This record gives sequence, structure tokens and C-alpha cells, in this order.
Amino acid sequence: MFKTLRGRLIAIAVIIGVAGWQLYSHKTETGEWLKLGLDLQGGMHLVLEVDDPDSTMTADAKSDMIDRVDRIIRTRIDQFGVEEPLIQKVGGDRLIVELAGIDDEDRAKGIIQESAFLEFNLVLPTAEFDQALSRIDRSIVATLGVDSIRALGRDVVDESDDLENLLFGADSAATPDSAAADTTAAPEEDEAESIEDALRPFSSLLFTGDVEGTYFVAAEDRPVAEQFLAMDEVQRAYPRDQKLRWGADLVAQGARNYYRLYVLEEDAFLTGEELEDATAQRDPQFNQSQVQFQLSRAGGRQFARFSGSNVGNYLAIVLDNEVMSAPVIRDRIGARGQIEMGQGTPLEEARDLALVLRAGALPVRINIVEERTVGPSLGQDSIDQGTVAGMVGIAMVVVIMIVYYGMAGLLAVGALGVYVLLVLGGLAGLNATLTVPGIAGLILSIGMAVDANVLIFERIREELDHGRATRTAVDEGFEHALSAIVDANITTLITALILFQFGTGPVRGFAVTLSIGIVASFFSALFVTRSFFLAYLSGKKASDPISI
Amino acid sequence: MRLFKDASYTFIEKRRTAYVVSAIVIAIGIAGMGYNIATLGSWQNYGVDFLGGSLVQVRFDQPTTDAELREGLGGATAPPITQFGGEGTGEFVIRAPLDEDVSITQVADDVEAQIRANLPDKTFTVVRTELVGAKVGGELQQKALLAVLFSFLLTLVYLAFRFELRFGLAAVIATAHDILITLGFLAVFRVEIALPTVAAILTILGYSLNDTIVVFDRIRENMRMKGARKRDPVDLVNQSINETLPRTVLTSGTTLAVLAALLVLGGAVIRDFTIVLMLGVVIGTYSSIFVASPALIEIQKRWGMGQSKEKKKARPQPATV
Repeated sequence: MFKTLRGRLIAIAVIIGVAGWQLYSHKTETGEWLKLGLDLQGGMHLVLEVDDPDSTMTADAKSDMIDRVDRIIRTRIDQFGVEEPLIQKVGGDRLIVELAGIDDEDRAKGIIQESAFLEFNLVLPTAEFDQALSRIDRSIVATLGVDSIRALGRDVVDESDDLENLLFGADSAATPDSAAADTTAAPEEDEAESIEDALRPFSSLLFTGDVEGTYFVAAEDRPVAEQFLAMDEVQRAYPRDQKLRWGADLVAQGARNYYRLYVLEEDAFLTGEELEDATAQRDPQFNQSQVQFQLSRAGGRQFARFSGSNVGNYLAIVLDNEVMSAPVIRDRIGARGQIEMGQGTPLEEARDLALVLRAGALPVRINIVEERTVGPSLGQDSIDQGTVAGMVGIAMVVVIMIVYYGMAGLLAVGALGVYVLLVLGGLAGLNATLTVPGIAGLILSIGMAVDANVLIFERIREELDHGRATRTAVDEGFEHALSAIVDANITTLITALILFQFGTGPVRGFAVTLSIGIVASFFSALFVTRSFFLAYLSGKKASDPISI
Repeated sequence: MRLFKDASYTFIEKRRTAYVVSAIVIAIGIAGMGYNIATLGSWQNYGVDFLGGSLVQVRFDQPTTDAELREGLGGATAPPITQFGGEGTGEFVIRAPLDEDVSITQVADDVEAQIRANLPDKTFTVVRTELVGAKVGGELQQKALLAVLFSFLLTLVYLAFRFELRFGLAAVIATAHDILITLGFLAVFRVEIALPTVAAILTILGYSLNDTIVVFDRIRENMRMKGARKRDPVDLVNQSINETLPRTVLTSGTTLAVLAALLVLGGAVIRDFTIVLMLGVVIGTYSSIFVASPALIEIQKRWGMGQSKEKKKARPQPATV
């Protein structure tokens, strides 16, 4: 059917129709002519990785973990209400999460990264742990040595000394006397105690807590305490089946701030797996946000049995290894409970917690190894600028072609119009994403489409110079230009495909538009331009002159 | 309208001059890379994508100078700050280094908090952040290198298959020449190497090959003509270049015009990308005439055309040049 001009024109019309239909249906389905990349419409691109600092996991285990993380994050984002998130596993151990058009990145990140591992543990009296403290102190002294412990303690002292010197040295008048006196007094006391402290490095950090089963640790001492608690030797010195967990809230007692350190039964009697539903609420009386949860039937039974036999004890609700609250068990509790979020916490935070609890806990900690965000305003700038640049670029091509080639140039411009429609239809049909480099790739492939036409026209001119009849010259021109066009397009296509294979994100967008552009330009130059030429020649005799 | 009709420039005869020009440009580029190694610690100004690190772009609502922002971020210890777009846009790109112990997202949060604390009377929005872990960056470097090598290899194979091996070799020499000059340019002007820059380099590779192939295609065609075997190869190559000259000029001109539009109107995000592409178009055009075609002649002179001996003897050797 392509032998006749009619057949050719029908084929072109059909292809234009298909391309137009692709664009139109994309528009009606998604509301956009083309899917825009994050750099154009704004959004967030994250690459997540399983946290495995000591590389103890096998590749298979990681891959399995990522699959589970994938499912949970999908549920969470779905509930968060982001449309069409792109969540994709790459390279076996990474997860790409792309959220388009979100406006609160920090919140979204929190929802993705929050482990949301919920446990219920019994709070134990400190008595047994008190007896283990001297063992813990000894193990720290034995492992670190007296000097390094002293160094740890002395560090603080030295720093305040330095600070004080600095203040006095630089501008003594500006320093309030009382404050200066305080800072000088404190280090001296610490100095006097430090020898003894070094012998009981850990227990000296602990104060008696306000609730049974807790210690207080001054806020500024927490890093040192954490360092000690992280040591294997210390953990071996714990009493059997007990563990320590920090409280989430800062407690003010007199002039100082403290963290609670809870003594808990090591094994949780119930975990978040038994959680069936969670909703956020606001307690107006205490200006407090809370998350109410509902346990599954089995979980509820377990909870009831446990609470029934532990009336009068404290129950710690532990989220991601921090004790959120530790209410006293007054009575048998059924399948419902609540997590207090602390004074003044916005309701939004409680909502997010409820959301991640419903979606389930991540089986492993995850790290964000790559993050790209583009604000919607910057994206809009890019679209506007890209569109203007594209229009001006195309206008220049049109002018150059018509000035240089006359009527033939006009035919080529017509073919370029078909080309542009084909590319856009192709992008819409493949649901490819248009990115900033993608626009550049598009403009570049316009250059290549022009090149094919130029090759053909120059060839026709040469054939005419050699005295061929018009029709023969056109046929020969197309024929001889073919090999150069094929080879040039294929080599560029090879490059584009390799880019697609190795590239990520924006570069892939470039490769996709370039590939579609090359195929479209090939078709437009060899088939569409030629058909238009045949139409142009159809009214002429074989030897009539043409405008080229 | 017609340009360069019946042109008969003696391109190949001027190849010595071209060699010297190319050698000087490449030498300057390599010197630039050396200078970068000495001062930056790496031969190119690798951006966040490849080194890992953070990029935070902020847009102030009030007129703000980079001096103010630098002061707000710690004066002498402030991370590198560059103005984005033109002067007075109030938009800045801050590149804070990564700390191994701190999560990458923390770095960006710290920058924000610092600005908020130290420039309390300004309001701003973060319009873009790019945070790449060091490990990911290293992997991207490797991937980019692989991409370039693979496309070299595949195009060589394709050309050897479609033409002859020596055409493939000459094309690869020309492309390597182009990439070397481009890399030199990037090094000398310390253009930041980001992922789109790699895409641009690979596009140059494609464009340069495209140009070379058009000329080679004509040489191939002219070689098949009657009596071509008896002709001086220099003459034949010159004729082929001249015959394709109108196309070369028009295509390069059109592509440059489109890129110029992109450069002027396309916005700051793709400016570097466009500059690299424009440079590539100019170098690609130059190299297909002055590097690829002479390389073909040189290869031919040294190793012959792969034809049978008798024919080779019958062919007049070009005068010593």
C-alpha cells in the first residue's frame, strides 16, 4: 500500500492519528499531556538501603529485607496519600522511592524511615539491677582502663576550662560575674570527685528515678552513658533477662534536665505485629496527642492475660527502642490501649505514628543514601524556560530550512511537525517521564531530524547539478542519502541505549527521549518527507524544475 | 540559497597544522587536569553526583548577597556558596561536605537550621536538595566510565562491520580526540561534573560519530566509483569532504542555533549541559574534517588498504607531505 502516494498519505494520517490518540488518552487518564519528571514538577527522589554497618547480611538476606521494606513502605505511602508513587527495587539491595508533588518532605521522610517497631515490656524494679552496677563499673574500668575513663570525664572539665579562659581572655567585662563563678566552681568539684568516679564510671551517672524501675541520667551525661551501654562487656554484665531503655521525654527536676532509664524485662510479651488498628487523637485536657490502638483478637487475649496477672506493675510501651510511656496496670486490660505522645506534640505527629503503626514495622533499619528534592516553583521555572527555549529553537530551524531550501524546506518542516507529534505521542504511549535533560535530548534529536533532511536535500541538489531529471534526482537523492542516515542514526541509538543501561534518573530520561527521537526522525525523514515530496511532484512533469 | 557549492578546499594538506592545533589544545587540557589534581585533589571538578555530598539550593524572599549568606553559614568556615541564575535573584547553591558519621539528610537540615538561626530577618524556601552518599557517588563514577567504554567498543564494532576496520579505527581516534578536548575544557574551566554532564559527553560522542560517518560514507561511495583505485587518496578524501561540506555547515549551524536558544532561554539548570554540547558540536565538526579523515589517510599509508598487492602497487603513492 506504500507504493502509491495515496497509500503513503493514508499511512501518515493513521500514524498521526495514533500518536495524537496516545497523547489525548494520556491527558484524559492522568490530566497531563506527558508525565513530568521530579525536576519539572517538583518532588522527592530517595534511594534507601538496608542498614548493615558491619556487613553481616548476605546478599540474599538483604534482597529479602528490601522486598519486605518495599511492601511496608508502599502501604505507608499509600495511606499517606501520595498519588502514583514510584517504588522500585534496584540492584538487589536498594529501593528507589519517588514522590511527585509533595510539599512536606521532612514528614514524608519520617513516614518512610520510621522503623515503627512497637513492643510491650514489663518494667522491673531496679533492685536487681542495682546489685549488678558494681559489676558493670568494674567491666568498664577493665575494658577501657582508668586513664581513658578519666580522659572521658576530664574532657568535659577541660572544655569548660577552655571556655572560661576564652571568655575571660577575650572580654572579661562582658562576662557576668555570677556565671563566671559558677563555671569555675563546677569543674573544681568534678575534679575532686573524678578519681572516685573513674572507679564507678557508670553508676555515678545514675540517680534514683521518680517512678519505680527507672533511673535518672542528666541530659548532658547521656552520650557518655550511651557509650558505656553500647559496650559488649557491659551488656554481658547485665542481670539475666533484663535490659535498659531510654525514655522518650526529657524530665525537668529542679534546675536540671534528666532522661529516664528504664529497667525492662528483656523479652517483650507482645509486639506491634498483633496491632490491628491505630488512630490519632487529641486529649484536650492535657493538651496531649495520643495514638489509640486496637489489638488483634489473639493479641487482645494475650494482653488481657498478662495485665491480669500483673496488676500494680508498670507496663512500658516501647517504640523503636524508646519508652514512650509506662503506665501502671490498674486492672485487666483488653484489646485497646494508647500511646501518649508528650505535651504539646502536634496532632499531625500522632497521625503519622498511627499511620506507620497500621502499615507495620520495618524489619530492619534503613538508611537514605541518596536524596534529591525539587521544589514545585523551581520545576515550574524549568518547564517555562524549556518550553520557550524549545519554541524559539524550533522557530529557528523552520526559518533556516525555508530560507535555505525554499519549497523543499517547507516540506521538511511539515515532516518535522509529524516528527514532533510522533515523539510526543511515543513519550505518552510509553508513559515515559520528561525531565530537564529529556527536553535537551528532545531538542538535540530535532537537530538530528533536520540533519537527515539536509543530507537528502543536498544530495538531490547534487543529482540535479549532474543534470538528472527532477524525478530521478529526487529518487537518487533519497537512495544515496540512506546509508549515511542509517549509519549515523544507529550509532547514536547505540549510545542512547548504553546511556539507558548505565544511567539513572535524569540521564535515563535523556536516553529515552533521544531514542524515541532517533526512531521518529528516521521515519520522518525517509518516509514522511519523501511522501510529501511525491505529493509535491505529483502535479509536475518529470523534468519540471523544483524549488530546493 | 546555497553555501559552499563546488567548494574545493585542500583540507587534508593542512592536516599538519591541525595536528599542532589539536596537540596544543589537548596539552592545555591535560595541564588543566594536572593543575586540578594538585589543587582540587581530583582531575575534574566532580559534583555531588560523583563524590557524594550535599547540595542545597535556597531562594530568599528578600534581597540577599552571597556575602551575607556566607557570614550566616560561618564566615571563613562556610561551605562553598554559589549564586544561582543571575545576580540579585536571591538564589544560592550551598555545597556542604558529607560527614561520615552523620546521615546525609542531617547535613541539609543543619544548613537550613544554621541559616534560620543566623539570618533571622530573612525568609527563604529550599527549592532543591541533592544528597548523595559517598558510596553511591563512587558507583556512579564507575558506571559513567563503563558507559563511555562500552559505547566506544560497540560503535567500533558496528563501524568495522559496516565499513572497514580502518574506518572504525579512524572514527574512534577522532572521537577519542573530541572527548579528550572536551574533558580538557571541563577541567580547565572547572565545570562541575554531574550526571547530565556525562550525558552531554556521550552525546558529543554520538554527534562526532554522526559527522564522521557522513564524511566516511561519501569516501566509501567515491571509492566504489570507476577509476577510484587509481586516484590519489588525498584527493579523493578532499573531494568527499568538500562534497559534504554544505551539509556539514548547515547541520552544525542549525544544531548550534537550537543549542544557543537553549543556552540563552533554557535557564540555569541546563546551562552547563548546553555549553558542553555546543563545544561538542564545534569540535565534532572540526574533528571529522581535520582528524578523522587525515587519520584514515595515515592508517592507509602505514598499513595499506587491505587490498591485494598488485593493485596497491598500481596505485600512485601520494607525494611526501
